[in-house]
Amino acid sequence: MSHPEVGERLASIKHVVLVLSGKGGVGKSSCTVQLALSLASQGHKVGVLDIDLCGPSIPRMLGLEGQQIHQASSGWVPIYVDSSKRLACMSIGFLLPSKNSSVVWRGPKKNAMIKLFLADVAWGELDYLLIDTPPGTSDEHLAVIEYLQEWSPDGAVVVTTPQAVALADVKKEVNFCNKVGLPVLGLIENMSGFVCPHCAECTNVFSTGGGEGLAKHFDIPFLGRAPIDPNLVMLLEQEDKTVVPNKHTSTVS
Amino acid sequence: MADAATKVIPEGKVPENANEHCPGPESESAGRAAGCEGCPNQEICSTQAAGPDPDLPIVAERLSNVKHKILVLSGKGGVGKSTFTGQLAFALANDENTQVGVVDIDICGPSLPRIMGCEREQVHPSSNGWSPVYVQDNLAVMSIAFMLPDEESAVIWRGPKKNGMIKQFLKDVNWTDADEQLDFMLFDTPPGTSDEHLSVVQLLRNSGITGAVIVTTPQEVSIQDVRKEIDFCRKASVPIIGVVENMSGFVCPGCHNESRIFYPTTGGAKALCEELDIPLLGSIPLDPSIGQACDFGSSFIDTHADSPAAHAYTRIISKIKSIVVES
Repeated sequence: MSHPEVGERLASIKHVVLVLSGKGGVGKSSCTVQLALSLASQGHKVGVLDIDLCGPSIPRMLGLEGQQIHQASSGWVPIYVDSSKRLACMSIGFLLPSKNSSVVWRGPKKNAMIKLFLADVAWGELDYLLIDTPPGTSDEHLAVIEYLQEWSPDGAVVVTTPQAVALADVKKEVNFCNKVGLPVLGLIENMSGFVCPHCAECTNVFSTGGGEGLAKHFDIPFLGRAPIDPNLVMLLEQEDKTVVPNKHTSTVS
Repeated sequence: MADAATKVIPEGKVPENANEHCPGPESESAGRAAGCEGCPNQEICSTQAAGPDPDLPIVAERLSNVKHKILVLSGKGGVGKSTFTGQLAFALANDENTQVGVVDIDICGPSLPRIMGCEREQVHPSSNGWSPVYVQDNLAVMSIAFMLPDEESAVIWRGPKKNGMIKQFLKDVNWTDADEQLDFMLFDTPPGTSDEHLSVVQLLRNSGITGAVIVTTPQEVSIQDVRKEIDFCRKASVPIIGVVENMSGFVCPGCHNESRIFYPTTGGAKALCEELDIPLLGSIPLDPSIGQACDFGSSFIDTHADSPAAHAYTRIISKIKSIVVES
């Protein structure tokens, strides 16, 4: 099936990167935000599309809660994080009447919304479009892959935490990528150890090394591990837009 | 603009933007009637099943011996739903006379079998339906993981197939023999408010849901998804037993000082519960041994009985027990 309306939008976007994980709460949205901010600070034009329709976190993390989407003749105008308009963002969070409203949708409606996001948002010229996804291997993932297929996205960054319970789900996600022919750009091991602020001792809260082992097993690049840092949580929570230096960016281009 | 996102079709209600002669989204001809031509909701209506599901009475019959049905929910992923479900099941089953069943309806990311230490098991068919996997004599588990060829296989399914599987878990699994009772049936769910959640609530409508336990972590990014889950419970008329705050505080094993990894910038679960007027069941600190117990599939409350986290679990579980038994 062809989706020319999606293609028209994507024609002016250089790279499309998905951020995936089979498991929830491992830091997909946090990684997406850090990646977006780093790329934007290097001077690239970046768009962030949040297709987690039932639990959109990106607006909060980018400090954009409560903003409204406007319609222009060219389509929906994304929300810009900075005045220089280098970082644009689109999420269902901007379309909800209140922060308590839930989106209780089955698959077909979610698919339709994702198609709207891909076809109707006036991103303009972008160097990178980062797509933040919900956990799992189901409707949202199949929909976004289907709509993007002809325009071959650059690939996926897979995020995991080190414990076995998370790795089991992430293995499924890597297999999903293989099955649908989406290249895996690499794997990030998040929440790998916690340095106690009182005594500086590092504790492996969710064990350690699991991500690296998984990357070896599947023969995909290991992008590095990031420790748990309460400061990062605070930054994301306080809607601050400070850029945390990020070592993963170079592998994306 | 906001309309685009909020056009959820509530049960039996005609959406505002429907055509004039809308037959109603639950009617037999939904999406196919003459009046549906050109309606923005046509595709949604025609893909939804029409009329009440004929399998509902069969599910109700199967579950007629089940006393309490408890859902473990959270809008956010990775907050500890499965961990909590697992520990709750182990704790309830510590009493030999209590029969416990656990249904894992997280079809794309089943974690429960590993947490309960039964990952390599298989489901066997019998004349009365599939036999669930027994972890102990009085503790049965059902999950899609028992049907996958290996742990790496992905389940790449859209909604309808997931719903079919969940229905089979309730309709075709031999949870109890005719003269026996199951005291508790726990449902471990995936994050979100979508197909799996709608299906399980609809399937259990005839037999009744005792209530939902909602799990969250203290930071606002998680709390905001949990608000959505609470809204879902209210829309779907699922009673809320209470909220459990997981990963609140971390005690360093080196110096025994406590630090907040996921800082409750907006007051955490306590503020949420006060705002929305629901009971807070308790807070469980982050303890690396919990994660390890899950990876090994053992009961954390038994293996680390003296730790503060185990005490927190025990207190919360006895609260849930008393609320459920009273209701």
